[in-house]
Amino acid sequence: MQQSPLLWLDDMSVRFELGRSRGSETVHAVTDARLRLFPGQVLALVGESGCGKSVLASALLGLLPANAWSRGRALLSSGTDEDVELLAAPESVLAREVRGRRVGLVPQSAATHLTPVRTARAQLSEAFRELRGRADRAEVEALARRVGLDPDELDHYPHELSGGMAQRVAVASALVAEPPVVIADEPTTGLDRPLVERVTDLLGELADRERGVLLITHDLDAAARVATHVAVMYASRVVESGPAAEVFGEPWHPYTKRLLGALPEGGFQPVPGHPPALTELAELEREWGCVFCLRCPETPGVAPCNGEPRLVEHGRRSVAAHPPC
Amino acid sequence: MLSARGVVAGYARGRAVLDGVDVTVPRGAVRGLAGPSGCGKSTLARVLALLQRPWSGTVELDGREIRGARYSVPRESRTSVGIVFQQPRPAVDPRMTLREIVSEPLRVRGARQPRARVDELAETTGLDAELLGRMPHEVSDGQLQRACLARAMAPRPRYLICDEMTGMLDASTTAALVRVVTGRVAEEGTGVLAISHDESLLRAWAGDDVIRW
Repeated sequence: MQQSPLLWLDDMSVRFELGRSRGSETVHAVTDARLRLFPGQVLALVGESGCGKSVLASALLGLLPANAWSRGRALLSSGTDEDVELLAAPESVLAREVRGRRVGLVPQSAATHLTPVRTARAQLSEAFRELRGRADRAEVEALARRVGLDPDELDHYPHELSGGMAQRVAVASALVAEPPVVIADEPTTGLDRPLVERVTDLLGELADRERGVLLITHDLDAAARVATHVAVMYASRVVESGPAAEVFGEPWHPYTKRLLGALPEGGFQPVPGHPPALTELAELEREWGCVFCLRCPETPGVAPCNGEPRLVEHGRRSVAAHPPC
Repeated sequence: MLSARGVVAGYARGRAVLDGVDVTVPRGAVRGLAGPSGCGKSTLARVLALLQRPWSGTVELDGREIRGARYSVPRESRTSVGIVFQQPRPAVDPRMTLREIVSEPLRVRGARQPRARVDELAETTGLDAELLGRMPHEVSDGQLQRACLARAMAPRPRYLICDEMTGMLDASTTAALVRVVTGRVAEEGTGVLAISHDESLLRAWAGDDVIRW
């Protein structure tokens, strides 16, 4: 792929400063993330709950709370528009040019994300007026059909929509301005398997020559279904990334192996122990380097751990701390 | 044995969601129930957990029929069946600490010193003891669901209904909580009904004993 990336993350870190009542600690939510999203890719960002996946998405959209700060680079570079440095851009630029227009967001539990007292059509039409200047009935319905919604269903209120239909309304809303990048944050949580498959397939169809999808999920089956590329996150760091078939087929990092081994078809063994508290990461990394070693009793047998948490590139794949022998 | 016989149940003014359902949950085993959204799995869970009165049909608990004009269920019957729901957040009082949440069924039954039992339950369910002092909004979904499972196990129920217990959780937490429940089956002979739309999960959990709706 010779195209340039749509989204270009280098050494991106996000920290939260907790107040004095919480011991004035610092939460290491994202540390030195390095990711590329190219047109045509569905990049799945996977990992256990609380590893920092959703914070990374929020940071890209400028939706972090006031006690958070970020550093590093996250460059949005698409088509003819000027590049935007997402972490440094002022809120006015993010609100007017980025959110909805250049980056679409598909949120978790769409049913609660929609305004409960307005129909799906009213909300989708509002997005059209805001982002495209006018809401043409035929265009609204064409977009609904594209995401697999019967236009008649648009006249329902959110509580009358099933979880899957509500999720499709959310996907349609994210597509109104045809943004080149779509970020889907846990779009399938709480949906049953056939609906998970429909929503993930829909996201897969979005990734075409012009567009890239960043799929944030803890559902490894959903990720394996549509992702072209995958990045595995553990305790604020990406520990492994590469083409999805290769990473799922032959995981290099012991955490990736353990995570796949927790699936019913992978052996159903939970990853032993608990992830470290995100407030203690700096200290643990000083002491251990690779913080997964705390949960990985068999480290020496898996791959040589160099204790260096930064990603090392091997061809199309990258892995932290445990380079393949 | 916990069983539903010819159960017809639904909600006000609506059609019956369950129309003559027979399901039994034996002691000391895990029975799976699989089916798509909206097929009535959760309504059956509520009926078997004695939280919802069926329109007709009976629920039988260890040979005793649960009945009565106001569906009044004796306390020892109610604490004989525990239930864990899919979503932990709406299932807890947001003003209580995790320790208060887990100990509530014990305090209701008049236990004076539930502290040791709560500590033991936290350890069994893999809930870090330090988290017991926190409020629900200060913990993750996975941690809160561990507390909900601990609460359901607190009165040592003879039966446990797990209604999409792991639907919101990541793969590792899912595998861990399933192990906690199967541990109860082996050690205390608990009878478990595991409800999910995910058949591969149920097969890993209940083996071949999966009812499909």
